[in-house]
Amino acid sequence: MQAEADSIVNPYVIHPATIVEKIREAEDINTYRLQFVDEQMQRRFRFKAGQFNMMYLFGVGEVAISIVSDPDVPELLDHTIRAVGRITKSIAGLQPGDVLGVRGPFGQGWPLEESPGRDVVIVTGGLGCAPVVGAIEYIFRRRAQYGSVKILHGVKTPHDLLYRERFDAWRRSPDTEVLLSSDQPDKGWRYHIGVVTELFELVSIDPLKTIVLMCGPEIMMRLGVPILIRRGIPTTAIYVSLERHMECGIGLCGHCQMGPYFVCKDGPVMRYDRVEPWLGRAGV
Amino acid sequence: MSDLPIGWRDHQEPGRYRLEQTGSQDIFGVVHGPQSLKPFVFAPREPLLQIERTKGGFAAHPALPHPEQIAVIGARACDLAGLAIQDRIFLNDAYRDPYYAARRDELFVIAVNCTRALSTCFCASMETGPRAKTGFDLALTKVDDMLLIEAGSEAGSGLLSELSLSPAHENLIDEAARCIEACARSQVRQLDHARLPQALYDAHDHPRWDEVAGRCLACANCTMVCPTCFCHTVEETPDLSNQQTAHARLWDSCFTQEHGYIHGKNIRPTIKDRYRMWLTHKLASWIDQFGMSGCVGCGRCITWCPVGIDLTEELSALLTSDSRSSVVGSPVEGT
Amino acid sequence: MSNPDERQRPKLAVVKFASCDGCQLSILNLEEDLLALGRMLDIAYFPEASSDMRPGPYDIALVEGSITTAEDAHRILALRQQAKVLITIGACAMAGGIQSLRNWADVESFKRTVYPSPEYIQSLSTSTPISEHVHVDFELWGCPIDKSQLLRVITDLMVGVQPRLPADSVCLECKRRGNVCVLVAKGLPCLGPVTKTGCGAICPGMGRDCYGCFGPSEGARKGPGLPPNTTSLARHFHGELQLIPIEVMRRFRGINGSVSPFRAESDIWEQKT
Repeated sequence: MQAEADSIVNPYVIHPATIVEKIREAEDINTYRLQFVDEQMQRRFRFKAGQFNMMYLFGVGEVAISIVSDPDVPELLDHTIRAVGRITKSIAGLQPGDVLGVRGPFGQGWPLEESPGRDVVIVTGGLGCAPVVGAIEYIFRRRAQYGSVKILHGVKTPHDLLYRERFDAWRRSPDTEVLLSSDQPDKGWRYHIGVVTELFELVSIDPLKTIVLMCGPEIMMRLGVPILIRRGIPTTAIYVSLERHMECGIGLCGHCQMGPYFVCKDGPVMRYDRVEPWLGRAGV
Repeated sequence: MSDLPIGWRDHQEPGRYRLEQTGSQDIFGVVHGPQSLKPFVFAPREPLLQIERTKGGFAAHPALPHPEQIAVIGARACDLAGLAIQDRIFLNDAYRDPYYAARRDELFVIAVNCTRALSTCFCASMETGPRAKTGFDLALTKVDDMLLIEAGSEAGSGLLSELSLSPAHENLIDEAARCIEACARSQVRQLDHARLPQALYDAHDHPRWDEVAGRCLACANCTMVCPTCFCHTVEETPDLSNQQTAHARLWDSCFTQEHGYIHGKNIRPTIKDRYRMWLTHKLASWIDQFGMSGCVGCGRCITWCPVGIDLTEELSALLTSDSRSSVVGSPVEGT
Repeated sequence: MSNPDERQRPKLAVVKFASCDGCQLSILNLEEDLLALGRMLDIAYFPEASSDMRPGPYDIALVEGSITTAEDAHRILALRQQAKVLITIGACAMAGGIQSLRNWADVESFKRTVYPSPEYIQSLSTSTPISEHVHVDFELWGCPIDKSQLLRVITDLMVGVQPRLPADSVCLECKRRGNVCVLVAKGLPCLGPVTKTGCGAICPGMGRDCYGCFGPSEGARKGPGLPPNTTSLARHFHGELQLIPIEVMRRFRGINGSVSPFRAESDIWEQKT
């Protein structure tokens, strides 16, 4: 088929995908479960946890969104989208049966295949937990291959806590700790009060056996990583997922430049020691 | 022949470009014009997809260009160096850009070795010129009223073999080399890149950035004329009935407001941020990213800056130590 | 009108205040697209085009012109109440237009000079942009506006997308079109580097210097953009291009002279004259 041949050599080709389910996560946040219209694409599409897709809305444009779903179920793609910009606000008006475009998957995912036998500490803040959901699913499908799993997730208000049921399910899994924190809690909040980095003090970490996956605001990384380093974790075992303006997803348009990297191509998941000089630098 | 700029000469200074008719028979008196080879391969506006609504949603059709063969006469060594860098980015990175590739395949380059330098030229210090080393099909050197021709590709050799030319005398070859060498020595500007990239990383908090930001217009002209700048954005243009939409890319720049935008926040809100981003990438992080400098020494950004900002001067000021400068990884100002 | 979809089609009004009608003519000059526009929208009020003028409320009101009379100051308030989405079109509506030069002058003396019976002239002493009187939902800059920008904004509104137009300098588009910079190559005092894109760089394309009819590239309104560096450009006009201060002042005090970054720059150079 000509169209398929085109898409292999042409990374700009956009593939239609139907919204099969729209899951309301919060007032302005929905998860869209997508399935490619083209059956060949359904069969062919594979991704790694931590990668992202360019989501396209007809006549409006594209926006980079991380893939939230289980990489072992690549025929259904979940994307959690907050309606904040021009395109995402327009996507918010779509309903099951409507069609979006997908181009991807792009970027580097979490180094899970490379880390068998390791303990995994997952540190996330706000909507930053979306890119690690797939990683957690991946680990739980291969639970015996990994050591302990600790999921530390911080939100500003309890209202910002997405995927509550998933956190509950993960908490019930063997050798797994789930710690939540909120720095602006309400009366019903049963978990830690404060910022996510305070949760580090509440878990035991075997520093040389652990890999850390971090995703969320850069300030969380800049404040959190020194604590992890003090606990003896080498920076080469810390991975962060970064966010920059992305338009092409393939390292050509230049918008996601960060120091010597294109976040879309060299990231979004990057080893901390490689990006450390650039994190938090004004204007980088 | 009448299309050739016979007798014309260009004079370039920071923020100033003038052409002069000298009355000579010199064909290649204009060193270089407002653009490099960039627009021929990385088109300023390139349709990527034509997308139409269908019953199943939409269908995206690639709008690959079908360019005619283009021969460019008079490309300079700096232009070839710029082309090589763009090839590296668009053809030899993680993804090959099929639009660039289609245009690149049809390009035939006849280079001219420079025997006159502009006041804005500094290719010698960047080691990209004034002699065209690779990347051309044919290269010409004008020595008095003789033209020395050299083939640099199979296509170039093929063309040469069809012409009735006499083999060049050694004296002529030597004389050409002397002229090119003299051109290199005559360059008044140079870019001191010995301590790059690190020295510029270290200059992140240098007060010179504030000073140059007072002059910089953030108008993006430097990036538009740079042979290596590759930033582009995508423009979506639906028709009125919203049944068809054109998905095209166009030249963009790290000097625009939108460039550093990420949901609700601008990573580079000020002119200082944007100039620093551009210069640091071009001269420093480009080396770490692509294994070469992003600057070829053509001097176009100096000439075509409306207010004549000279990057060689800026770099040299930035590399002059300042008490406020700090090193990578030190505490930084808030974002 | 006999279109059965009449009730479904959004109602459009095109309303004029103090202006030359050039932006409205840009709408009439849409040619084929005007017919398409007429199919998409119910053009309910457009006196420049049709004597069939129906009352509001309107889904979209395109507003041309500035406020120069007390009557118009009331009229725009009434229109705002009738318009779901109010879009200003053109430099007059956006910045007060060329007639806002009166803001720096004595209007009473103009009246006495021009009119035999100046007492009949009921005019405010200022020409002000629409946004100083009512909330404006979207702005289409230019003198006149650009047809494709207008169509793009209406298309976006029709499908429920927040319109967005680029805020780059004219220079990007000028270079994309392959124009040779008139400032650098001819020494003309071009305002392109500090002016918002959208016109297609038509003046530099014809060898002329941009006079800023699309307004400042950034920072004309509250929002994320910063004011363009008019200071540096003005200094270059004076220092390198040999413009005397009053000429520099006049470059910035033109069609969009009342918009903040341009106004501030012209005021600075007025002090130096």
